[in-house]
Amino acid sequence: MKKSEADLILKNEVPWLYSKKVKEHFFNPKNFMKPSEEKKFKYNAYGEAGSAVCGDLMKFWLWIDQKTEKIKKARWRTFGCGSAIASTSMLSVMITEKGGMPLTKAQKIKPQDIMKRLGGLPIIKIHCSVLGDEALRAAIKDYERQKNEKNKNRQK
Amino acid sequence: MKRIYLDYAATTPVRPEVKKIMEEFQSKYFGNPSAIYFEGRQAKTALENGRKLIAEILKVKPQEIIFTNGGTESINLAIFGVSRRYKKLFKKPRLITSQIEHPSVLETMKQLKKEGFEIIYLPTDKFGTVITDELKNSLNRQTLLVSIMYANNEIGTIQPITTIAKIIKDKKFSIANTQFPIFHTDGCQAAGFLEIRPKKLGVDLMSLNGSKIYGPKASGLLYIKNGVQLEPLIFGGGQENNLRSGTENVASWIGLAKALELAQKERGSETKKLIPLRDYLIKNILEIPKSFLNGHSKNRLPNNVNVTILDIEGEAMVLQLDKCGISASTGSACHSKILRPSHVLTAIGLPREVIHGSLRLTLGRNTTKKDLDYAVKNIKQIVKELREISAVKISYEKK
Repeated sequence: MKKSEADLILKNEVPWLYSKKVKEHFFNPKNFMKPSEEKKFKYNAYGEAGSAVCGDLMKFWLWIDQKTEKIKKARWRTFGCGSAIASTSMLSVMITEKGGMPLTKAQKIKPQDIMKRLGGLPIIKIHCSVLGDEALRAAIKDYERQKNEKNKNRQK
Repeated sequence: MKRIYLDYAATTPVRPEVKKIMEEFQSKYFGNPSAIYFEGRQAKTALENGRKLIAEILKVKPQEIIFTNGGTESINLAIFGVSRRYKKLFKKPRLITSQIEHPSVLETMKQLKKEGFEIIYLPTDKFGTVITDELKNSLNRQTLLVSIMYANNEIGTIQPITTIAKIIKDKKFSIANTQFPIFHTDGCQAAGFLEIRPKKLGVDLMSLNGSKIYGPKASGLLYIKNGVQLEPLIFGGGQENNLRSGTENVASWIGLAKALELAQKERGSETKKLIPLRDYLIKNILEIPKSFLNGHSKNRLPNNVNVTILDIEGEAMVLQLDKCGISASTGSACHSKILRPSHVLTAIGLPREVIHGSLRLTLGRNTTKKDLDYAVKNIKQIVKELREISAVKISYEKK
């Protein structure tokens, strides 16, 4: 079909709202906790961040290898907008890829690291929609707490 | 991919009749109405005939109509215009509006507060109807202007404009041969469906625009009752009775006149066609568990559906619908440029976590039942998927 003048002005390019990576993770979220695996998924760390009132709430379940202290498996759930869903999905990939991220490294992940992997986000969205790192740190804290309790019990 | 446009309250496509007449004016009758030679006189005649057509539709005098470049400009001109014109007559001038107005009203009011006006924002009930008793209590001898929208753009609630006009009329007082309070209504969402003749409604000022009624974008008008005076916002060559300078956009304004004529001619049949479709859509969406209707079930615009679906967020829903070819809108904070949840849904008493799950679908001339079936099917699937991902289970009982 011959292109009209209007088509030429549009150049047939209607950009999506966010980056390509955000789009990919929003429409095909990775590692989220499916209802079917909710009871089966084995985890030894759980954390959440955000609030429904603000419009974003993230939960993380982790399976951490106790010998290596690397994150072997991660599941998440998010209440929030497109960039919130995509950023949590991306974070779950970051912490489990290449044999799993050591806890020491995972603890230091910043929103900027997630954003970089997502190919950027509008500035206004960063504060509210990138909370996954907080949820992740909460989960790691939960793991450390359980570990300390176990050690204490052993000493008794 | 086929697109199903369900955001007619945002804007409408230009209808063919309007497009045709505009094209003629853009190419053939392009003159500047201020010029005294043939092309100028021709454009001037066309412009005045367009004004007469609007006057006939509204049953007012042609000199009571001012053309503008859109609804926002009409509203700014109306509110700034009279407020600044008559400010000197009051000690502590008061402006009354509602909490659910369009930003073009609210932001104008905010600016006037800085200029020394006292602003009263009337609350609404849970359906979004302005509480008229509150208006009665707020009207005093310092009230210069009342501005209440005719029908709400988000939840479609139709305001009791004639009742409001009567309340204002009963409290009218006169200073320097002018009757106060002046009553302005934003009728932009109403023109396609409701009675808009100012004398029937009892309003002194009314803003209308083309982009919601299948007319051109950036076209608007302001009805100014004979005797009411305004300070202009735009200065220059003195066009539009010195109230709005700038070369007249003849083609666009003729298009607006045509669109308004057709909208008012067809409002009965459109209403009859759309109400069953609207109610069909509402009924089907509300089959989703944990969902409810926002606004009034009967007293609402024939094309407006606004629902809340709990546990999911509106922007995510709109993006998913967009992928399926459906255009919709939401009151979620994440959707807005300033990350603030809808002021309208806040005013009707919804908590923030509930507002995030709102979805607005507005129907139009081209909407079919088949379109709605497709939309419902997709909404249900999307809600299911987003709820599976969702980290919350909000318990909220709508009051």
